[in-house]
Amino acid sequence: MPPERRGLSASDSSDAAALAMDVLAGDRPALSRALNQVDDDRPQHRERGLALLDALESGPRTKGERGVRIGVTGAPGSGKSTLLDALVMGLRARDRTVGVLAVDPSSQRTGGALLGDRMRLGSAARDAGVFLRSLAARDQLGGLSEVTGPSLDVLSSALDAVFVETVGVGQSEAQVIDLVDTLVFVAQPAAGDLIQFMKAGILEWPDVFYVNKSDLGTLAARTAAELRSGIDLGTRRDPDFQPLVLCGSAREGIGIDELLDAIDVHQEHLKTSKQGELRRRTGRIARVRSALATRYGRFGLACLKEGAIEAFVDASTKASVDRLSDELGEQIEEALSKG
Amino acid sequence: MSSKASLTDTPAKPERDRPWMFRTYSGHSSAAASNALYRSNLAKGQTGLSVAFDLPTQTGYDSDHLLARGEVGKVGVPICHIDDMESLFKDIPLDQMNTSMTINATAAWLLSLYIATAERQGTEAKDLRGTTQNDIIKEYLSRGTFVFPPEASMRLTSEVVSYTVNHVPNWNPVNVCSYHLQEAGATPVQEIAFAMANAISVLDFVRDRAEVDQETLSRIFGRISFFLNAGIRFVEEMCKGRAMNKLWEEIGRERYGITDAKMLRLRYGVQVNSLGLTEAQPENNIIRIALEALGVTLSKRARTRSLQLPAWNEALGLPRPWDQQLSLRTQQILAFETDLLEYGDLFDGSHVIEAKTAELLAAARDEMNHVLEMGGAVTAIENAYMKQRLVESHTARLRAIESGDLKVVGVNDYRETVESPLVGEGSSSILKVDASAERNQIEALEAFRARRNSDEAARALRQLEEVVKNGGNIMPPSIEAAKLGVTTGEWSQVLRQVFGEYRAPTGVSAAPLSNASEDVSSVRGRVDSLSKELGRRLKILVGKPGLDGHSNGAEQIAVKARDVGMEVVYDGIRLTPEEIVQSAQDEGVHVIGLSILSGSHVVLVTDVVDRLRKVGLGDIPVVVGGIIPDDDAHHLKNSGVARVYTPKDFDLTRIMDEIVDVVSESNAA
Repeated sequence: MPPERRGLSASDSSDAAALAMDVLAGDRPALSRALNQVDDDRPQHRERGLALLDALESGPRTKGERGVRIGVTGAPGSGKSTLLDALVMGLRARDRTVGVLAVDPSSQRTGGALLGDRMRLGSAARDAGVFLRSLAARDQLGGLSEVTGPSLDVLSSALDAVFVETVGVGQSEAQVIDLVDTLVFVAQPAAGDLIQFMKAGILEWPDVFYVNKSDLGTLAARTAAELRSGIDLGTRRDPDFQPLVLCGSAREGIGIDELLDAIDVHQEHLKTSKQGELRRRTGRIARVRSALATRYGRFGLACLKEGAIEAFVDASTKASVDRLSDELGEQIEEALSKG
Repeated sequence: MSSKASLTDTPAKPERDRPWMFRTYSGHSSAAASNALYRSNLAKGQTGLSVAFDLPTQTGYDSDHLLARGEVGKVGVPICHIDDMESLFKDIPLDQMNTSMTINATAAWLLSLYIATAERQGTEAKDLRGTTQNDIIKEYLSRGTFVFPPEASMRLTSEVVSYTVNHVPNWNPVNVCSYHLQEAGATPVQEIAFAMANAISVLDFVRDRAEVDQETLSRIFGRISFFLNAGIRFVEEMCKGRAMNKLWEEIGRERYGITDAKMLRLRYGVQVNSLGLTEAQPENNIIRIALEALGVTLSKRARTRSLQLPAWNEALGLPRPWDQQLSLRTQQILAFETDLLEYGDLFDGSHVIEAKTAELLAAARDEMNHVLEMGGAVTAIENAYMKQRLVESHTARLRAIESGDLKVVGVNDYRETVESPLVGEGSSSILKVDASAERNQIEALEAFRARRNSDEAARALRQLEEVVKNGGNIMPPSIEAAKLGVTTGEWSQVLRQVFGEYRAPTGVSAAPLSNASEDVSSVRGRVDSLSKELGRRLKILVGKPGLDGHSNGAEQIAVKARDVGMEVVYDGIRLTPEEIVQSAQDEGVHVIGLSILSGSHVVLVTDVVDRLRKVGLGDIPVVVGGIIPDDDAHHLKNSGVARVYTPKDFDLTRIMDEIVDVVSESNAA
């Protein structure tokens, strides 16, 4: 069922604008309130959240550009959390503010979830320049909850860099790629699943590979070599960027600066090529499509004309993804009711 | 009472075995107050000392550190420097004493202070007897006073071992604790298996690092002691001791090639179970303690070397000297009035006992090998295997108490009671720590810093750092630092800088979902509908402020909250009030649950509540659980705490139901 809609009252509108101003200025309590609002699924509060997201989408950040969105993925046990801790502290040392969205699975049966990332993150969780929110995956089996996208929109309009860390491998990669600018893949030496990833086509997505635990010596070097030779530019979505493959040890703090530099290199590439704009557009389209598919199913999606989502997204570059999804949703509902 | 005296004076009496050593785990407020307590306990017939240190000392902070606030002198004695240690043992000749120190992350330091103090008394290190607990694995699993990462911790442990074996030869450098594993929920099989895997990890580390010869290895093996728990199923507990005997000997022969029968004998002490002690009808604990003491003394083959009994009122608060005296008298009656010590092993040849022992032995050996195959105890800490198993067992135990499958008299059955005259006086039936203890300790610390030669202290610290960085043995520079006036916080800070600090995996995420009983389903329904009202799923923050690392209770609350459908941010241990408020804000939680067992609840919880108000989050309700006396509970509620839970609140589902009430009320307001 689509959410009920309600006209935006004057007070809602000015509240949203005021909160957006505070978020764009990087105010911490405002960030928290904004995250709560975009997560609020009461129909009567929907418009308030959308107004906020629209205001954030169009409003310039007070300090600098919109924050860089970085996804960190990898198999369980590859050392993602340790790496994330080191990356966050590395960015803090470069005087950048950092947000982290950590996604943990929910129980399908009870809706309950244990969110342990504050513990896993260690020292970074205690730094005043770091904002960490844990999210439950909710009803998305092995994937990201619907609120991940808008939460990233909120954090990236307030902070210099935002990480999203996912627990599972597989479905979540495919989803996270629509949300981030740069995807980092954490590999561990001689992991048998490397082959599996290749088969699954996951190696087509990441922009930077970090072979962790390279104190394991030649094993790490071999894994890095395998990765380099396994990457086929022809099948990648961005044929102009040769993905970077680095070795290091997150626990020892080795290769962290290099990894941060690599992320910067990729960001520079996005800015100077047309890839940045392309990626943003593709991501927005994919997010709208996925939201509509969740709400109306394939049957509902089929009510839209071929290319309708693309055209709609291209026509309103200042509107938030959630607003676009809701408006296209109305079109689907109309079509369905005429039926 | 020696056997010699009984032979010559009264030949008609049968020869009695020497009794085990009587100890009482104690220490509080200050070195001087604890010293007075020790001397009075020794005068009453206690035969060994067991030092309880406060949490700042255990986690390497001076009494004036930010994290020490509210914790100084609470669960033990604060020891910041050599003058503190000297007054702790004033008029207690250390050459005649057997001292057990419950100290782990900072074991090398407290032993150094002890050696330096003995030297001031004119006693050489080689004449000292006693034990440093020095078992870091179980700190990660249960007790929570770890500081450094596993690798660095194992190094510290092994350096104490390789130092004492040559310089303090009568010292037990490591007391492998299965005690806390049982407190964390371990079954007898897990208790044996994990303790043995733990001991093996220490021995392997020592052997591989220091390249010791076989003769030294044999002496080291003989010096590794164990510290067991004794639960209320006292027949099984006795069999547990017998099974451990056999497994330890097996490990000694097969893994380390030890042949000396004396070195192969399992040596262990016991602290009787505190987990099973109840707040409801607390006088029943007197009987529980006596039965548990019987379990670990009854069989001569598996008799404990030393015994510490808790006080009957530990679930209410800190025991008074009289309560501790009752526990000591219990031991003395068992040893001197009964005929227990007149016989050989009572169970040799018993098919029943042999079968039970064999069953435990086989299962424990399997589980131990499983841990060894995955890479040993350190690996099983890092991948959270052992922790997960313990959380599972503990969850199962609590569910059995909730459902009534596991009977606890006075708690979930036979609850009718007349008022107990023992607790009738309310707060006067427990000990109140002098509120000025923390201030006095800090003043004394400042005075000490002012009068010491700070150049010499700084030089000692530089030397310590150099040795730690270069991989030398930590004991010699630490003993030197103790003599030159270095403080506990300074010593630890050097190590923190070199090794880094560690946060252990919590193990909670693997706990299986409970089967939905009717009660659980009803609470789930309420969580679902409240979540709809709130607009997003009910989110709770669970954490432990202060230095108390006993995380079992908080973990069980976190698991249960997930089971009833809440989203749970589990923030773990050792948090400052500031950090708790920060996470509450970042995470956008609807309610905060805090757990504290160290007695620092008033200071820390009111601080959290005040800080929440200051950042405009005063409407987030706070609930608190811990060993909290009635007077304090009233005080906390008056300060704005929504609910206070104590050990008598065993029904976690009901607690969850009330948390839903609390959030519902605050949301309506």
